[in-house]
Amino acid sequence: MSTTSMAGRRDSNSRVTKVLDKVRETRLWLLLSLLLVTMSATRIVTGADDLTSAGTLQAALISSVPIALAGLGGLWSERAGVVNIGLEGMMILGTLGAGYFAYHYGVWAGLLGGMLLGAFGGVLHAVATVVFGVDHIVSGVAVNIIAAGSAGFLAELLFSGLEGGGPTQSPSLPKPPTITLPGISDAARDIADQGWFLVSDLAALVASLTTRMSVVTLLAIALFLATAFLLWRTSFGLRLRSCGENPQAAETLGVNVYLYKFVAVTVSGVLAGLGGAYLAMVASSGYSNGQTLGLGYIGLAAMIFGNWRPGGLFLGALLFGYTYAARLRSGGESVHALLLIAALALLVVAVWQLSRRSWVGGSVAGVIGLAALWWFTATDEVSSYFTEMTPYVATLVVLTVAAQSLRMPAADGRPYRRGTAG
Amino acid sequence: MSRARRLGLVLVAPALALLVAGVVTTVVLLLAGDDVGAFWDVMFTAPAARNLSNIVNNAVVLYLSGMAAAIGFRMNLFNIGVEGQYAVATFTAALFAAQAWLPGVVNTLATLVVAMAAGAAWAGIAAVLKVTRGVSEVISTIMLNAIAVSLVAYLLRTTGERQQQTIETRPIPKDSWVGGVDVFSGSTTPVHGLAVLALLVGIATWFVLGWTRFGFDLRATGQSESAAVASGVNVKKMVLASLLLSGAVAGLIGMPNLLGVSHNFGTTLQVGIGFTGIAVALLGRNHPLGVAFGALIFAWLNEQSNPLGILAGISNDIIFITQGVVVLSVVIAYAVVQRYERRMEQRHVMAALERAGLAEEARA
Repeated sequence: MSTTSMAGRRDSNSRVTKVLDKVRETRLWLLLSLLLVTMSATRIVTGADDLTSAGTLQAALISSVPIALAGLGGLWSERAGVVNIGLEGMMILGTLGAGYFAYHYGVWAGLLGGMLLGAFGGVLHAVATVVFGVDHIVSGVAVNIIAAGSAGFLAELLFSGLEGGGPTQSPSLPKPPTITLPGISDAARDIADQGWFLVSDLAALVASLTTRMSVVTLLAIALFLATAFLLWRTSFGLRLRSCGENPQAAETLGVNVYLYKFVAVTVSGVLAGLGGAYLAMVASSGYSNGQTLGLGYIGLAAMIFGNWRPGGLFLGALLFGYTYAARLRSGGESVHALLLIAALALLVVAVWQLSRRSWVGGSVAGVIGLAALWWFTATDEVSSYFTEMTPYVATLVVLTVAAQSLRMPAADGRPYRRGTAG
Repeated sequence: MSRARRLGLVLVAPALALLVAGVVTTVVLLLAGDDVGAFWDVMFTAPAARNLSNIVNNAVVLYLSGMAAAIGFRMNLFNIGVEGQYAVATFTAALFAAQAWLPGVVNTLATLVVAMAAGAAWAGIAAVLKVTRGVSEVISTIMLNAIAVSLVAYLLRTTGERQQQTIETRPIPKDSWVGGVDVFSGSTTPVHGLAVLALLVGIATWFVLGWTRFGFDLRATGQSESAAVASGVNVKKMVLASLLLSGAVAGLIGMPNLLGVSHNFGTTLQVGIGFTGIAVALLGRNHPLGVAFGALIFAWLNEQSNPLGILAGISNDIIFITQGVVVLSVVIAYAVVQRYERRMEQRHVMAALERAGLAEEARA
């Protein structure tokens, strides 16, 4: 094949990709606007004002960031072909690292300390899975056990004697700086309080983004952009992803698969550790035992929800973070209102499926939709026990509906040994 | 390779893992500035009769949890949801037994069946999602664990009765209790009567997995799905069956305590048993005998570490580090042993070919 035709093909390929990207982007914006309109309408109809209040949206962002960072860690690791359910453990180590280093050496040391201990969890997982070829799930479970045990042991050792600390929690930690845009923040807040359709909801969104925005949140967003660039626009990223798609082929092209996998899993630990540090320093006032509450697993779910891509993962994290926040802020009422949205969405799906003559899927969606509608009309509030379940049920539903269209890296979770390319 | 040699290799891995765990624990204690000598003294003090009872009771529970996980593992299914299945099943069983629809022992037996059914049903959700929609059981069982916790808490609040501080289900009638057995003389706590469940589950699993067509199909699917499909195994059916079985065994985890000690479901549900069970299964290489060994070791560590705080001034959380390191190093050791075994086998075959003068052809 001549070089010119190769270049020509690459050109047309990249043109197709560009068009596809454009289509995807337009669809995304359409969906987001539709979501905003629906939420606003639901707020007006049900009177659940906290559904889109600036406070809820801000809380949603704060709950989303740890999920997003854990998910981003998962993305790095799984794109290189290593399944990582040890994220939860790496996050736990991150909370502890942040607790110790932030207390003794200040804010930035706290963030670094969280990343450092997270990286330790990552290296542990990498040694087991990459060097010794241990099953990825098994190693992940072991990492989680070790991390939870170490955190419990070290917390008692490190925080027991300190003022305000105890065997299961650190003293309160210094908070990373926040940014408020004075003029915009106040104006947006005023408009948000008016309760106008759509305008106030948008204003609340602006207010939540311009008021006391933590720099760590901005850092997290920057890390997303950096990851998207590094993994999809550089040769380093191409090689890393090739380890997750076809390590044997990568090996024949001279890629040091072990090294790439090792780096990816370690970075994964760093990111999950930062997520843990965020939990301890931004989302709450200090370290406490069992602080992660399974958020590492939720991050993993967000990554799958996002089809192993940074954009989708980010949206998934926002969605899960929102359900977390909604249950904390007048949870019963807000989740009750969300029930209406879910019911209507399911009924739309049902009609759409039935019109495509997909009888089974259509009727299942229809029945559940009607049940949800009945639940909405028959009650005034959803019990807090059910609001607790929302993120998990949402994950299950999304996986059930979308599992067929998700595509994970082809060699994800498969053991790889050097020299097997033949 | 000779049988004795193979057995030796199987035993080398856990021995190595325990050694590594001991070393790591010692190093951690040294770094923390704790009294290492006192630690080992406490851990290896001869247990009193009461402690022995506790160890056996704890081991029974861990064994059931470990076997639940092991049944899935044998088929390469990762049932991370033992924890949730156990919570749902224990609650359902407590509710059922308290109704006393059946008399005495019949009620006890029916309760065991209900517990198994409830555990299987909760695992069944993950199984159905996997075979119909291709949802990974790892993620779905993790989600179902979290859902189970909230669901059980909700149901307990709506059906339970308020005691002073807690909410509990109605007590089970006395004639359906399963009393303890005084195995160790002088012990104030008896051994669970339902410890026999562990024995039954162990024997049944050993028989079904090792000596029946179903067990063969299950193990075959676990080792090579394509080979199993080629020999006519219906993989979807096997996934469904093994997850349901795994859930059923998980349902039994809470029974020795429910029917023998607590007699109702309150806030005393032990958390984390499902995850420890996974560790125990890995330590025992998913074999009924190996898991028993793993359960005993973990139970020993749990019981012996209790007085660490008082006697040696060491947080007994250290034991979770030990347990975690045991698991990680045992799976690494198994992986290394497996590689070694394979290399030995290859060498063996080459040697045999060489003797037959076929080596050149084999290489070509």
